[in-house]
Amino acid sequence: MALSDLFARLRGDDDVTGDGGAGELVKPTKALTRFLAGLNTSQQPVLLDLGPVVGSNATFFGGEVGCKILIEDLSKDIDRHVNQSKLAELPAFFEQRFPQDSETISGILCWDIFDYLERAAADQLARQLTRVLQPGGVLLAFFSTADPQSTIRPTYTRHVVVDRTHLEYRPYKPARAKQRPLLNRDIQRLFEPLRVAENFLLKTHQRELLFRKAGKPATAPFESPSAVR
Amino acid sequence: MWKRDESVKPANVPPTSGGPNAQSSAASGAPKPEGQPQMGRDVVNVGKSVVIKGELNGSEDLTIEGQVEGKIELKDHVLTIGSNGKINAQVFAKALIVLGEVNGNISASDKVEIRDGGSVDGDIVSPRVAIAEGAHFRGSVDMQRKGESPSKETEPRSAGHTAPPAQPQTHAAAPGAQPSVL
Repeated sequence: MALSDLFARLRGDDDVTGDGGAGELVKPTKALTRFLAGLNTSQQPVLLDLGPVVGSNATFFGGEVGCKILIEDLSKDIDRHVNQSKLAELPAFFEQRFPQDSETISGILCWDIFDYLERAAADQLARQLTRVLQPGGVLLAFFSTADPQSTIRPTYTRHVVVDRTHLEYRPYKPARAKQRPLLNRDIQRLFEPLRVAENFLLKTHQRELLFRKAGKPATAPFESPSAVR
Repeated sequence: MWKRDESVKPANVPPTSGGPNAQSSAASGAPKPEGQPQMGRDVVNVGKSVVIKGELNGSEDLTIEGQVEGKIELKDHVLTIGSNGKINAQVFAKALIVLGEVNGNISASDKVEIRDGGSVDGDIVSPRVAIAEGAHFRGSVDMQRKGESPSKETEPRSAGHTAPPAQPQTHAAAPGAQPSVL
C-alpha cells in the first residue's frame, strides 16, 4: 500500500481502498458476458439493476442489448433502514418493494447486494427476484468469499461496466458492513428454483454466479403488437 | 471611461420572438442556461419565480428555472431544466438537459442528459441517455431505437456465447455448465 493511501486512511477519507488508483480498480469479469448473452434470448429484454445509478451502465446495456432498464438502488433502502434502526423490518419491506408483475424481467443485476443482508432479508429479496424473473431469464449476483472482519474499512461498491469483460469497482461509504459470507449451498438454496448456470470464483475473493430460471425465454409478453417478424 | 458595459443587461428583458405557448406563464429573465445554448438559436428562459400549471408548448429552445406542473412539449427543440427548475410534468422534447428536478416521464427523440446535481424520478425513453455521477435517478431507461428490429439487435450479440478471452481467475465453469458445487 502506498504511503499516501495510508495517510488518507488515517485522515478518514471515504474513497480510499486497499487498491491504488482508479486503474487498479478495474477487474475482470467472466459472468457479465454470459449475462449479456442470456439477456439477448429475449426479444425486448427488460433489465432490473439493483445497484446505484451509473449512467455509463445504462448507456452500455442500452447500447449492447437495447433493453429497457429499471434501476432500483437497494443500497439506499438498506442505509435508510440502518439509519432508522429498522433493520428487522427489511424483509417485510422487500416483500412490497418490487411493483413489477411476476415473470416480466429478463435479467437482474444484483451485484453484491446480498453481502450486506442478513439471512431473513436475503431470503425475502431472493424470493421476490425469483418471482419477477421470467422463464429463461438470468440473474447475476456477486458474493464475497472473504470474512468481512478482514476488511479494514467497510464499503459499498459501485460496479461500473468498462466493457464486456471488465468492471470498475468504485467504493463508496455504506451505512453497514458486509455480513458473513454465504456458503455455496446456502446461495443455491436462496435462489431455488433458479439453477446456477455459471459459477466463477475470482482471485479477488469474490464469487460471480449466474442463475437462470428454467423454461423457455418468454418473448411474447414483450412483443409490441406492431412487431413484424 | 464611464461607458456602460453593454453586455450587462437587465435580467427581465422579455424574449424577442415567439415564446412558448404557456397557458399561464410569464417569461422572466434568468441566468444564462448552463446547458450550452446554440449560437444563432433562440433560447427562452422561464425564470425562478415563474410557476406554470398546465401545458407548455414551444418551437424554440427553452430553459426553465421555475416550476412547471402538467406537460411540456418541445418536440424539435432542446429543453434545459436549470438548477433551480422543478418540473412535475410529462416531458416531450428533442433533447433534455436536467440540472434541476424532474418528476415525471420523459420522452426525447435525441438525448437525455442528467447532470451532476440533477434529479429525475420517472421513466426515460430516448435513444441516448447520459447520467452523470452525482445525479439522482429513479425509474427506467428505455433506449430501444425506433425502426430497429429487436431480432436484428440480438443476433450478433449471441456471439457472446463464445468463450471470452482468458482472465486471471482461479476457476471458470465451461460455457453452459450445469450447476456446480464447489
